[in-house]
Amino acid sequence: MGEKVGLFVTCLVDFFRPSVGFAAVKLLEAGGCTVEVPPAQTCCGQPAYNSGDRRDAQALARQTIDAFESYPHIVVPSGSCAGMISRHYPDLLKDDAVYAPRAAALAARTYELVAFLTHVLKLDRLPVPARYRARITYHDSCSALRELGIEAEPRRYLANVDGVELTELPDRQSCCGFGGTFCVKYPEISTRMVEAKTAAIAASGADTVCSADLGCLLNIAGRLRREGRRIKARHIAEVLTGASDAPAIGEARD
Amino acid sequence: MQATSHAFKENAHRALRDPDLQAALAKMRHGSVVRRASAILRLPEFEALRDQGRAIKDHVLANLDFYLTCFEERVTTAGGFVHWAADAEAARTIVLDICRKAGARTVTKGKSMIGEEIAINEHLALHGITPVETDLGEYIIQLRNEPPSHLIAPAIHLTKEQIATSFRTAHQDLDPARPLGDPAALLAEARGQLRERFLAADVGITGANFLIAETGSTVIVTNEGNGDLTQTLPRVHVVLASLEKVVPTLEDASTILRLLARSATGQEFSVYTTFSTGPRRKGDLDGPDEFHVVLLDNGRSRMLGTEFQDMLRCIRCGACLNHCPIYQAVGGHAYGWVYTGPMGAVLTPAIIGIEEAGHLPNASTFCGRCESVCPMRIPLPKMMRHWREREFERHLQPARMRLALKAWAFLARRPGLYRLAAWMGATLLGRAGRGSGAFGSLPLAAGWTATRDMPAPEGKTFHALWRARSP
Amino acid sequence: MTDGRQTVLDSIARALRREGPDEATRNALERRLSDPKRNLIPARGQLAPEARVALFVEMAREAAATLVRLPSTTAVPAAVADYLRHENLPPQIRIAPTPELQNLPWREWPMLEVSSGASEGHDPVSLTPAFAGIAETGTLMLTSGRSSPTTLHFLPAAHIIVLRAETIVGALENAWTLLRSSTGDGTMPRTVNFITGPSRSADIEQILQLGAHGPRRLHILLIDAGQTS
Repeated sequence: MGEKVGLFVTCLVDFFRPSVGFAAVKLLEAGGCTVEVPPAQTCCGQPAYNSGDRRDAQALARQTIDAFESYPHIVVPSGSCAGMISRHYPDLLKDDAVYAPRAAALAARTYELVAFLTHVLKLDRLPVPARYRARITYHDSCSALRELGIEAEPRRYLANVDGVELTELPDRQSCCGFGGTFCVKYPEISTRMVEAKTAAIAASGADTVCSADLGCLLNIAGRLRREGRRIKARHIAEVLTGASDAPAIGEARD
Repeated sequence: MQATSHAFKENAHRALRDPDLQAALAKMRHGSVVRRASAILRLPEFEALRDQGRAIKDHVLANLDFYLTCFEERVTTAGGFVHWAADAEAARTIVLDICRKAGARTVTKGKSMIGEEIAINEHLALHGITPVETDLGEYIIQLRNEPPSHLIAPAIHLTKEQIATSFRTAHQDLDPARPLGDPAALLAEARGQLRERFLAADVGITGANFLIAETGSTVIVTNEGNGDLTQTLPRVHVVLASLEKVVPTLEDASTILRLLARSATGQEFSVYTTFSTGPRRKGDLDGPDEFHVVLLDNGRSRMLGTEFQDMLRCIRCGACLNHCPIYQAVGGHAYGWVYTGPMGAVLTPAIIGIEEAGHLPNASTFCGRCESVCPMRIPLPKMMRHWREREFERHLQPARMRLALKAWAFLARRPGLYRLAAWMGATLLGRAGRGSGAFGSLPLAAGWTATRDMPAPEGKTFHALWRARSP
Repeated sequence: MTDGRQTVLDSIARALRREGPDEATRNALERRLSDPKRNLIPARGQLAPEARVALFVEMAREAAATLVRLPSTTAVPAAVADYLRHENLPPQIRIAPTPELQNLPWREWPMLEVSSGASEGHDPVSLTPAFAGIAETGTLMLTSGRSSPTTLHFLPAAHIIVLRAETIVGALENAWTLLRSSTGDGTMPRTVNFITGPSRSADIEQILQLGAHGPRRLHILLIDAGQTS
């Protein structure tokens, strides 16, 4: 048995929060997978792609394909990066006779973490029981929700965690305002959007917000802190592995 | 209208600080989303109809010349005239010519985005002909000399107090002491004022939601009935329509009509859906003596056969605006031209150029909500990305941004170097931020840290830790 | 302005990378127009006659039209008098110049000032026949013609419509079939109005108000021989 998985770490997880990557590994290993982390990976190419720089995006896509295509499964702890690989790589490389079929093949085998646990490992319950006492609200990142159709899966696993009380966000389908380079290109509008999101989180009564995308979480956590709110922000992998002792996103580590 | 799209950021800055606008947007935000959702729940076939709507329009676009010439033939058979305008200037000339030949002094207008696009009101006024907007929202903004701020609710940004002020200034023949405090009084006054204009007009200009090739008919969809009064009472009826409005048959129009009102306002059907064919018939007791259709290209044929073709499926419902977080934050005027929200972000550069309208497709997080609600399944984020590609190719983006992206790509394409740089950055920032957990300010990230803290990295990179874990 | 015409058509042909549709395509397209096919019609638009009438009534009322059922058209003048009285409207009615309405027993209501013809804007209330009703959305279909002037549908403050139950069809598509067969040579009237409730606008602070420019009130007299009001 033992599915072999290539983990696409994502640049944000690698740089800001490796603990998310290790939580993902823990979940996958508990689910019976052997996890490898091919070293020739860096960025999925979204920043270039969304800025109109097709050439660099294509180069990074080829690099990612080269690094991962020997794996039967590719798992990504991020909705936006998983979406990039599985929904955009084929179109990005459609004019490349050599890489087009390889992109399509890789895309078909690439999954966001929670979707992988649900649809490939077919786990009804968490592979290892977890404990995390909190009133949690789940923020659907736009790519996970609209590109990948992920909505019920994370909520099912969260409900499975001992001690978690789930509460839904008002207006939960609204974008948090991160949008990659958008938040620095149009900071005023981005701020307005994240303010609406933190207000909604506060209104939900939750003490913790979690999501499948670290980009959203950095944005939301950054704003929560600036507003002086004591609500914690965590990646869903952290909650599903009961990592309640470690500092939440933006919290001091001492 | 003079575009201010290049000043999108400044426009947005003002809009974010306008309390009346923000209150109006808050009200609209919730209402329109809920109404559309309820209306869709009542129609189980909605998704299948979206697919059919898309198929009909794609079919038309692939045969656009055939359907337009067919339409022209049928209009002519019915006693009407079709005029073809390659661009805005040609359209203005045609319309002015028709009005002059009719000896027109005043012209009533139903709501027409094409009318705004070619700036017909200014042109007519310049030549001594008075245009009177009759859609209530359009009438109000005409009095205020403002552009529309929403595709179907042009005055949505105004308070009743602002409207009352405009009415008092404009309707000098009425008693200045009259109360205008509530919406009912405002509506009654507008109705009374416009009634006279309707009856006096020599020419009526409407837009068209659809052109029917099968019958040579034009279709307007309104809730007020102003479009009908505009096109029935005057001697001459002029229809302004862009090329892509044509559909093959009455049945095809019926399919798309099921998508339109539902997506726009959550109604089952708009109050007035009117099919007009030619001038009045022998024996008719009312109706115009002359019927003209002005077909406008103005960039549409240039979009055909390109990566922007799908935008020509748009039926102007406004659902994308209603669901867009950027539109919800800044409203329509920030976009700086006729078309706003996500559809405006894609269409505007196609008509007035990416140099002027560059901000519009950039001011998006690609959240995808617009595409998810578009009745015609237009891939709006994809086309905004295509505009960004055009900008990149032509070096239109700010140099600093381009440089930063190039630097990032340079590193990312070299995993060894990337590892090193990431490790250095994570260590440095991790150490610096350890005590507080986040940065209140950070050089090179002022855009972020002006309003948000930046969470500190944990201090080691994943890859370094992973390498250490498995020797 | 053939200049503009050729410019535009050339531009389209260039974009589509061909001169014009080839003969086979042209034939297919012409067939599509001469023999229009229906697309998907929702289940709601395909009910049996009785259910159709019930749905029409429900949807029309939902759109803020008022409706009463009458056993036959001879009851129309009484219903009109009734309506005007209840709504505090003046006892004046401008009716469409069709024998169907003109020959009704108006004489029995001498208090009613009845005139017929198009409207010039001075008529508070109009009475017109409907060509058909559409159950799917509670919509009335009215066509222009020598005995059905369009101004009666828009200028008065209240519009009363006589609708025969047997002309209520399921969906818009059925209405087109009806129209095509009624005009014989397939020509369209100058105007086909589809009316769903009274005129309205939410342009002022998003508050819905009736009676923007068209009639503030829409009253339907449903002639249904099988029912009494």
